[in-house]
Amino acid sequence: MLIKRPSDILPSEITDREIYRSRRQFLQSVPAALAVATLPGLFSTPVFAAEKLPGARKSPFSTGEPATPYKEVTTYNNFYEFGTDKADPARAAKTLTTRPWTVTVEGEVKNPRTYAIEDLLRLAPLEERIYRLRCVEGWSMVIPWQGFSLSELIRRAEPTGNAKYVEFVSLHDPKQMPGQRSGVLDWPYVEGLRLDEAMHPLTLLAFGLYGEVLPQQNGAPLRLVVPWKYGFKSAKSIVKIRLVEKPPVSAWMRAAPSEYGFFSNVNPAVDHPRWSQAKERRIGEFLKRPTLPFNGYGDQVAQLYAGMDLKKFF
Amino acid sequence: MRFLSGLKISLFLACLLPLARLLWLGFNDGLGANPIEFITRSTGTWTLSFLLITLAITPLRRLSGWQWPIRVRRMLGLFAFFYACLHFTTYVWLDQFFDPTSIYQDIFKRPFITIGFASFLLLIPLAATSTQAMMRRLGGRNWQRLHRLVYLVTIGGVVHYWWLVKKDVTQPAIYAAVLAVLLGYRLWRKRSGPAFLNGASTQSTSRPAQENQR
Repeated sequence: MLIKRPSDILPSEITDREIYRSRRQFLQSVPAALAVATLPGLFSTPVFAAEKLPGARKSPFSTGEPATPYKEVTTYNNFYEFGTDKADPARAAKTLTTRPWTVTVEGEVKNPRTYAIEDLLRLAPLEERIYRLRCVEGWSMVIPWQGFSLSELIRRAEPTGNAKYVEFVSLHDPKQMPGQRSGVLDWPYVEGLRLDEAMHPLTLLAFGLYGEVLPQQNGAPLRLVVPWKYGFKSAKSIVKIRLVEKPPVSAWMRAAPSEYGFFSNVNPAVDHPRWSQAKERRIGEFLKRPTLPFNGYGDQVAQLYAGMDLKKFF
Repeated sequence: MRFLSGLKISLFLACLLPLARLLWLGFNDGLGANPIEFITRSTGTWTLSFLLITLAITPLRRLSGWQWPIRVRRMLGLFAFFYACLHFTTYVWLDQFFDPTSIYQDIFKRPFITIGFASFLLLIPLAATSTQAMMRRLGGRNWQRLHRLVYLVTIGGVVHYWWLVKKDVTQPAIYAAVLAVLLGYRLWRKRSGPAFLNGASTQSTSRPAQENQR
């Protein structure tokens, strides 16, 4: 595995980020100031979202590619719980309350447990992982996440011999998630991984983005990041992690079984039935770039699928 | 006459507004994280809108009794073609960057692109025969027959949009509903037969092409 040195991150990137942050803080201070002046408490959520997540150590899994700016990462989102337009979540997700929040680990485990989000954050040291994200729609980003390997959590639950798969269930609350009032998907959003995929060190349980607590539109307060699979596999706003014997049926498999398979590994050789997956547009770039098998993480994960026909198990 | 030329000029400028908006947004960092997708969607939906507006002219004229709508129909139809050209150019240039293999594969392997491309091709003869001289050369009947292709083009355009969206078909469904009303109106009139036509003389199919109904 090639480990790039941190000097690959351009100084200009860092400056950029500060500008975005200060702009954001200014914008957030406007409603906050209004709130103080008029209706105290009403606008407290957006201020909360900028809370820092300090002390994440760097990870050898990070890419040295320039990160997609904060503004794009937080305004161009597929999060159908808040609407199907990619601009919807940034506008509509402020209704999501992320504290208090609990996550239940259950099913085929010896130690089922319900964690408060604060306890979960302290479960293992946070790392910064700069990952490529490839959406099934043909665009991609590079995102600095803060979190730790999902294996840290699953290990503590002690899966039984029957545990073969992991099911992730997202919050189902139409009051907080207005998109759930439409039947575009079967709610709640469900995703799944094979146990060995879930235990892979690359599979990240993320709590932060760009060194801050995850904004609601990015899947607060915690989400999965599985960088070698299409973005929809990385479930957001998770409330339940269930170890199971049979492969879970994900929300997208239920919606369109011929288009979305259980594995959904990034694969330029297997097209979506309606469009090509050979190339992608990296947000911020003009020309499309070729899509890499397993989104460029083949060295780490290809052996998980040794001997499998990836056209069949798409 | 002065009413008509004033109307035509204002309508011409109004039809350029969607393009002006894109340019304005483009120069003001307003096209979002994926500008090429934004431009493709916008030019595509405006093509569909102009096709539907063009198809609304005949019902509007019949129901209102006004004569002026028919005088602006050609311009509206040509604007549909104009936005279709922008849409196609965006795809070939900005989206695919003239990559012949991937364009070829898209057109022949992706049903939604196949039907979109076919619809675009069918619009070309309509635009090419939109002049008075071409109408005369073809003769009213033939011209009218040829221009009935616009029904096929619009249906193709709506299907193109429908097949493209990942899951939420609300937007294409709106276009489909408007199209269904406009086509339904024509079927209903056809079935009601000549007895329905109170002003039969203005509806005759032997009138000069420009006056003919689609």
